[in-house]
Amino acid sequence: MTTHSSTLIWVLMGVAGLGTWLIRLSFIALLGRVATIPDLVMRILGLIPAAVLAAIVAPSLTHAAGTFDLGTERFMAGAIAAVVAWRTKNVLATIGSGMGVLWLLQALS
Amino acid sequence: MKQHSSPRTPFAAGFFDITPILIGVFPFGLIAGIAAIEAGLDSVQAYAASPIVFAGAAQLAMMDLLGRDATPIVIVATVLVINSRMAMYSAALAPSFRGLGPIRKAYGAFVITDQSFAVSIVRFDRVAESLPDRFAYFMGASMGLWGTWQISTILGVVVGTGVPDEWSLDFAIPLVFMALLFPAIKDRGSTIAAITAAIAAVAFVSLPLNLGLLAASGIGITAGAIWGRT
Repeated sequence: MTTHSSTLIWVLMGVAGLGTWLIRLSFIALLGRVATIPDLVMRILGLIPAAVLAAIVAPSLTHAAGTFDLGTERFMAGAIAAVVAWRTKNVLATIGSGMGVLWLLQALS
Repeated sequence: MKQHSSPRTPFAAGFFDITPILIGVFPFGLIAGIAAIEAGLDSVQAYAASPIVFAGAAQLAMMDLLGRDATPIVIVATVLVINSRMAMYSAALAPSFRGLGPIRKAYGAFVITDQSFAVSIVRFDRVAESLPDRFAYFMGASMGLWGTWQISTILGVVVGTGVPDEWSLDFAIPLVFMALLFPAIKDRGSTIAAITAAIAAVAFVSLPLNLGLLAASGIGITAGAIWGRT
């Protein structure tokens, strides 16, 4: 649970929202003044989702109990869900299998 | 992509074309609403996050970091890094939106998402339409997604306030990220970027200020850009 103040959370949401809007508007607003985006920049932008998402997911499974531990229920449930996500690319199937396995392991322990 | 039989307005066609994708967006929005409550936001803030930030993965990551009391600058930087991919969409859509008035550009840009971008760019490639029709198609697709995102996060906030901790519903957050991760791994570069970032993130867990996520992402992107050339 956050201990940031309510005001700070409003400010953070505002800045995040404004910044995101400016990113979305960028080239639509600039067209005519900026020719094209260099290839390298396009390539980097294309790699961002894979890198950031992997960096978010990995520690939430390996450090589910706070320290590095591959024997947790969450790591096992996450590993199975990863296979489902990879094979099906389906959000609902991934959440369903991961939560299902976690609840099963918790019920058995 | 031109639809046969009954003639549709471009707005309706956009809305119709994005509908199959919305089924996958709904559970994601539900989790984003739950995540806001889990992070300790009050309900008003939890409801307001979707209309203000209006981002999927970034909004979810923001809630995750808020819940862990990450430093404000890291929270904002993470959101902007995740959303920087939308500069690509902006660049790709710009030629199709050339000549729009500033107000339409402003609100049109606000509702760009991965999904509405994807269906629109396919349509613009295949169907030659006037500028107002192109914009109407894009808005139809975008409004379908916008509405679904708002409704599903509202439901998530309502559900999130009532769910007991024993259900471990917070685990749905990494699961959603996982479901988004695999479609993002498309080629050699993105595979290298994902694997490198994952290993680095695990190694960087104890970096102060939750900087691990940004540092690991940077390393993953660099590795993917260097060794991902085909």
